[in-house]
Amino acid sequence: MHKLLETVLIGISTGSIYALMSIALVLVWRSTRVVNFAQAGQAMLSTYIGFEIASRTELFWLGLAAAIAAGALLGAGVDFFFMRVLFKHAVSGAAAVVAPVIATLGLLGIIRSIVGLIWGGEFKSIKAPASTDGFTIGETTIPFSALNLLVIGTVFSILIVLALVFQRTNLGLSLRASAYAPEIAQLAGIKTARIRTIGWAIAGGVGGVAGMLVTSNNFLSPYSLDLLLVFGFIAAVIGGLESMVGSVVGALILGIALTFILNYVGTSLVFIGGFLVLIVVLLVKPDGIMAKGRARRA
Amino acid sequence: MESWRKAGRVVRKKIALFIFLGWILLLIGDRVDELRVYQGAQIAMYTIALASIVLLTGYSGQVSLGNGAMMAVGGYAAALTLNNLGSPVWFAFVMAIVAAALFGAFLGTAAARLSGPYLAGTTLALAVGLPEIANQFDFLGGVPGLLFDVGFPPERLGEEFTQYKWFFWIATSLALLSLFITSNILQSRYGRTWRAIRSSPLAAELSGINSSRMKILAFTISSALAGLAGAVMAMTISLVTPGAYTLTLSFALVTGAVLAGVSSLPGVVLGALILVVIPEIADVVANRFGGGENLNNYLPTLIVSVLLILSVIFTPNGPGEKLRRHHHKKKA
Amino acid sequence: MSLNVSNLTVHHGAICAVNQVSLAVPTGKLAAIIGANGAGKTTLLRALSGLNHPTHGSIMWKGEKIVGLKPETLVRRGISHVSEGKSVIPELTVRENLELGAIWRRNAKESKESINDVVSIFPRLGERLQQRADTLSGGERQMLAIGRAIMSKPQLLLLDEPSLGLAPLVIEQIFQTIRDLTTSMNLTVLLVEQNAMGALKIADLGIVLNLGKVVAMNHAQVLIDDPAVRAAYLGY
Repeated sequence: MHKLLETVLIGISTGSIYALMSIALVLVWRSTRVVNFAQAGQAMLSTYIGFEIASRTELFWLGLAAAIAAGALLGAGVDFFFMRVLFKHAVSGAAAVVAPVIATLGLLGIIRSIVGLIWGGEFKSIKAPASTDGFTIGETTIPFSALNLLVIGTVFSILIVLALVFQRTNLGLSLRASAYAPEIAQLAGIKTARIRTIGWAIAGGVGGVAGMLVTSNNFLSPYSLDLLLVFGFIAAVIGGLESMVGSVVGALILGIALTFILNYVGTSLVFIGGFLVLIVVLLVKPDGIMAKGRARRA
Repeated sequence: MESWRKAGRVVRKKIALFIFLGWILLLIGDRVDELRVYQGAQIAMYTIALASIVLLTGYSGQVSLGNGAMMAVGGYAAALTLNNLGSPVWFAFVMAIVAAALFGAFLGTAAARLSGPYLAGTTLALAVGLPEIANQFDFLGGVPGLLFDVGFPPERLGEEFTQYKWFFWIATSLALLSLFITSNILQSRYGRTWRAIRSSPLAAELSGINSSRMKILAFTISSALAGLAGAVMAMTISLVTPGAYTLTLSFALVTGAVLAGVSSLPGVVLGALILVVIPEIADVVANRFGGGENLNNYLPTLIVSVLLILSVIFTPNGPGEKLRRHHHKKKA
Repeated sequence: MSLNVSNLTVHHGAICAVNQVSLAVPTGKLAAIIGANGAGKTTLLRALSGLNHPTHGSIMWKGEKIVGLKPETLVRRGISHVSEGKSVIPELTVRENLELGAIWRRNAKESKESINDVVSIFPRLGERLQQRADTLSGGERQMLAIGRAIMSKPQLLLLDEPSLGLAPLVIEQIFQTIRDLTTSMNLTVLLVEQNAMGALKIADLGIVLNLGKVVAMNHAQVLIDDPAVRAAYLGY
């Protein structure tokens, strides 16, 4: 019984971090129809910057703020300098299918190698902002710590803020309109290019938070966020790439499922477990669990 | 009847060409030193692996990051067959192809309805997850992996015939054979059908093409090739471990294919060459800058990634495209 | 003449969709642009609103050259384009679709007032403000699209086949509303239509396009009475 409860709680905690990453991916997908694999790289670089600040000032929160700022700048920068160039040289022929995916993968590689060149490959760690000891209830200690609670709290606060921005502000309306129907938004007077860059900046900032939170309980290396990317992507797909609420739900489901595999089956099967969850969802509900039966197109 | 005779002539020409290439390579293999011979084997290995990408992505339009995982399947299948069944080496390679093809068929079936980023992300998940399975099960050798020893070259080749040369011969023969078969497949109506599906899926469906089945077929054949490449890789390092088939490998494969022209089969040789040569160049550059661990580890990736982006932006269909266009302009 | 188009040529790849078109529309007048499918009418509107870039020619609006400007900029200069068939964002609510038209003006109070104005013109929208736009009927969507265009307080209104797919009664209503708006808001209107008769009846000016060229341009009533136009486009 204990184990079940632990598993679910940890699953929610891990899942909520994936939720951040998947929201960032969905945000970018919706506004540019590109899955930005480089977002893992952006998140990684932002986290390294956050790490630098956090270790020098011994303040996690300052590091987090730095990571958010770095993430936002990176996101805006990638959209402005990279994506616009890419779309200008729009591609035809065999490579049309491949080009955007490959380009973002290439960008990921560049960011990763720059990080490696600057900081090296050894694992770094960031001092967690809250205790990682499990809570004790009576005589038993569950492996759910104050840190886990903090993570869940932070993530849900961010989700609420994002939801409010998207649903209640003019910026949010512009973002949604530019994502759903860029031409109509243009004809309504919205500066869609600028809005898109803002969307990418927000996604970048969110990615920075995800990176910092994941690392606060783990080690940081140029490869440590690859999993975040994969699971964030899986969560987004489970939820149906079109819906942010869906990707949050998907992320939680994924987090719980993976923690189950971790606790009851074995560590090394976690990743393939993620893959299987993905395949099952794609076979059973190809539009994601939230969708209303639209064909899944790229 | 005319077309039959013509086709026969074309095929005969091709066979002649490949035999000629093989002979040249053997001669070269005799004259260069061990390191180059070893690299030759690596180039051959990458050639097979890149051919799998050209078929899958360049022709049938499915962007998959999972070919590294398929290589792992092939490598492990070969090692298991060799070690546990005591079979001859060639049988191990056959099993590598069969096992990978089966996996490919399964993956293709699951992925047939996916496209674009969905497919890329799914295969990404596979690439990350599959090799790790080896860590879980003992019979797969765990982290240290399994041995894959193809044995010494036969005695009649003489004493001078080194292990690496043997690798080079096997790898090159397999590569030439694979290229021959693949090029025939790509030039057949299968190849045309794939390209039709890639450039206009809707039109293809409306013309009666069963896209799903063709896509699955592409996955199967592509995985078979990748599996063979995986077994060849295992041969060259005498080992199969999860660490040999990482996500980075899958990235490298896609990169190599795009750099050389993702829909160009002849280009795979160039791509393979680039993949093998870049780490060397990077080493030289790194040492020029004083060496250091970071530089050595990350400079190759940086160079490759920069090349990749430049090529995607400026020559997305490979350098051959620009040359062909220039040639056409001159003619006109 | 507030709108002056001179020798405008627009290409679709290799095809010349608009071929040296020249026209002028005075302020506050409604010009109906009619012609067969593929005559270049939509492309003409898209060039006027900045979505397509012409290869040659010039467009003068309120005395300024506007070729090459982005659509967002032209909206700020008073041009509103209701594009064919898809000027409504289905995933947004009716209210949000309307608000979209006024965001650039950055004035929440004005935006609210404008919504009230639109609702008084199209009461049915008022009943459905909170509903998602994809729950609306075809006629209601067209009203929403026009309403959204009005929210930017335009001076030039470009309408691309508003009658497409609508029932005759609804078409009548919409055409009448367009006419009323032209007068009450002193709009300059370009109305592209396949429904040639309906469009010419409410128009001041008529322009006939064929294969990208202007083949007739006159007062609307003159065109209605012209036997050649009648035979080709009015069906009698």
